[in-house]
Amino acid sequence: MGMTISEKILAAHARKDRVVPGELIEVDVDFALANDITAPIAIDRFRRAGAKKVFDPERLALVPDHFVPNKDIDSAIQCKLLRDFAREHGLRYYFEVGRMGIEHALLPEQGLVVPGDVVVGADSHTCTYGAVGAFATGVGSTDLAAVMITGRIWFRVPSTIKFVYEGELRPWVTGKDLILYTIGQIGVEGARYRAMEFTGSAVGELSMDQRLTMANMAIEAGAKNGIIAPDMVTRVYVDDRARRPARYYESDPDASYDEVIPIDVSTIEPQVAVPHSPANARPVNEVGRIPIHQVVIGSCTNGRIEDLRLAAEVLKGRRVAPGVRCLIIPATQAIYRQAMEEGLFTTFLEAEAAISTPTCGPCLGGHMGILAPGERAVATTNRNFVGRMGHPQSEVYLSSPAVAAASAVLGRIGSPAEL
Amino acid sequence: MILKGKAWKFGADVDTDLIIPARYLNTSDPKGLAKHCMEDADPAFAGKVSSGDLIVAGNNFGCGSSREHAPIAIKAAGVSCVVAASFARIFYRNAFNLGLPILESPEAAEAVKTGDELEVDLATGKITNLSQDRTYQAQPVPPFMQELLAAGGLMPYVMKRLAGGGEWHGKVL
Repeated sequence: MGMTISEKILAAHARKDRVVPGELIEVDVDFALANDITAPIAIDRFRRAGAKKVFDPERLALVPDHFVPNKDIDSAIQCKLLRDFAREHGLRYYFEVGRMGIEHALLPEQGLVVPGDVVVGADSHTCTYGAVGAFATGVGSTDLAAVMITGRIWFRVPSTIKFVYEGELRPWVTGKDLILYTIGQIGVEGARYRAMEFTGSAVGELSMDQRLTMANMAIEAGAKNGIIAPDMVTRVYVDDRARRPARYYESDPDASYDEVIPIDVSTIEPQVAVPHSPANARPVNEVGRIPIHQVVIGSCTNGRIEDLRLAAEVLKGRRVAPGVRCLIIPATQAIYRQAMEEGLFTTFLEAEAAISTPTCGPCLGGHMGILAPGERAVATTNRNFVGRMGHPQSEVYLSSPAVAAASAVLGRIGSPAEL
Repeated sequence: MILKGKAWKFGADVDTDLIIPARYLNTSDPKGLAKHCMEDADPAFAGKVSSGDLIVAGNNFGCGSSREHAPIAIKAAGVSCVVAASFARIFYRNAFNLGLPILESPEAAEAVKTGDELEVDLATGKITNLSQDRTYQAQPVPPFMQELLAAGGLMPYVMKRLAGGGEWHGKVL
């Protein structure tokens, strides 16, 4: 019996020939990360345990991104904790405002997570790195503290659901629409404790930016990890930037899967997930005429250059509707610069959208775009839970950058095809 | 260990933003977090809950973010145990790592009502509903998780192993 790509990566890091789903293993971690919300607790656990040094100062990144630029005194204190710890332990990858980005956009861009890695992050969207063919999963701060000390972590080997995407994408359909549709099909616990392996010719044709969006939202179906086997798109992306050697794995033809789910992408319309669950996905033209107050284009899910180009394509020569605030947040400094150099900022400014420095800010209702009671936003983010972007009586609708930008222009939820 | 307290019932897919909204995550102080525990599901919860009470919920409790502030807030609010039909995986790990007892019992999740007096035997997983005069059997806690609980959580477990000659490295559990 063969192994899946997730099983192969885990076996190699457990220093074993093979592993099987359900098995409890301890694995070597290639790279670990935490942010300004989760690192303070991890640092506290680390210090209280009496630990003196981190397992490898080149393999631990601290990225203040959630409440930065510092939102208030409390968040300034949290960020200072990270800064001081990074200095004290000589961490090579501490990313300060002006040099940073949203962690899950930044680390792949900087070549810090590479194919074949085991990556553990104190942030649930760590699963994003599965897009480059790594086994990557989110953990809490205490698990991360143990990794900071030992460089190892225990896992129960997950079984895998294989998704096979075939067919040709319709106009304006993106990786975001595929993952929203998928979560809509299987539900928010459809992949609980399991690996989601995204395969098929339609995934093969997606760019790395769109693959990162898909793997990013595996957690929204409850998955331990989402993963896409490396191909030429991966190699081209990785070759330019990898700071460590990549190891390329793929699933064996006789690997064993819990389920194989075929998806004909040619039937999928641009999707919107209505409140208050990412699984409430439906075609945009079935949502109805729902007026909106805010649009957010950004986040670890959809703040990459291709996302911004898509938004600009829709906004070009148009204006954000009266009564709507449109916030555009490039996910990293490099993306920010590239968007500026490509002239996308001119398009955004002419459309009367606001452009922000990289931050997670509004995605988690932290700062930089909080909703009042009764307000409604369309966002390219990943969660539309109660109170996610502000007041518990506000609402978030999840979509692709194309649908979000079109909605900003229309002043209600709608599709670019309507413009 | 036997836990006894009143049940507070919640539905399915209770996410970490309901347990502790992100707007309060600019601190990790347990007392500060406890004041806002379950706020967006029941704004009065933190004021009503008494030390030793239990949370009972449906499937996928703790889904969403990896924030450890969620089990910290629950524990600091005085909740002695969470019983759910099932748990999201990061919350599951976090709870054991912190020493917050959790039990999986779809039966209890279905039958228990807010206000029911419950008695939970953590060693056997037997949940007694004193108000309804019924018992439910929770899923057994896996042996490795029992080891973690016995050690007092993940950090003491790791440090004990490191002190014992660094067996952590190279040894598969």
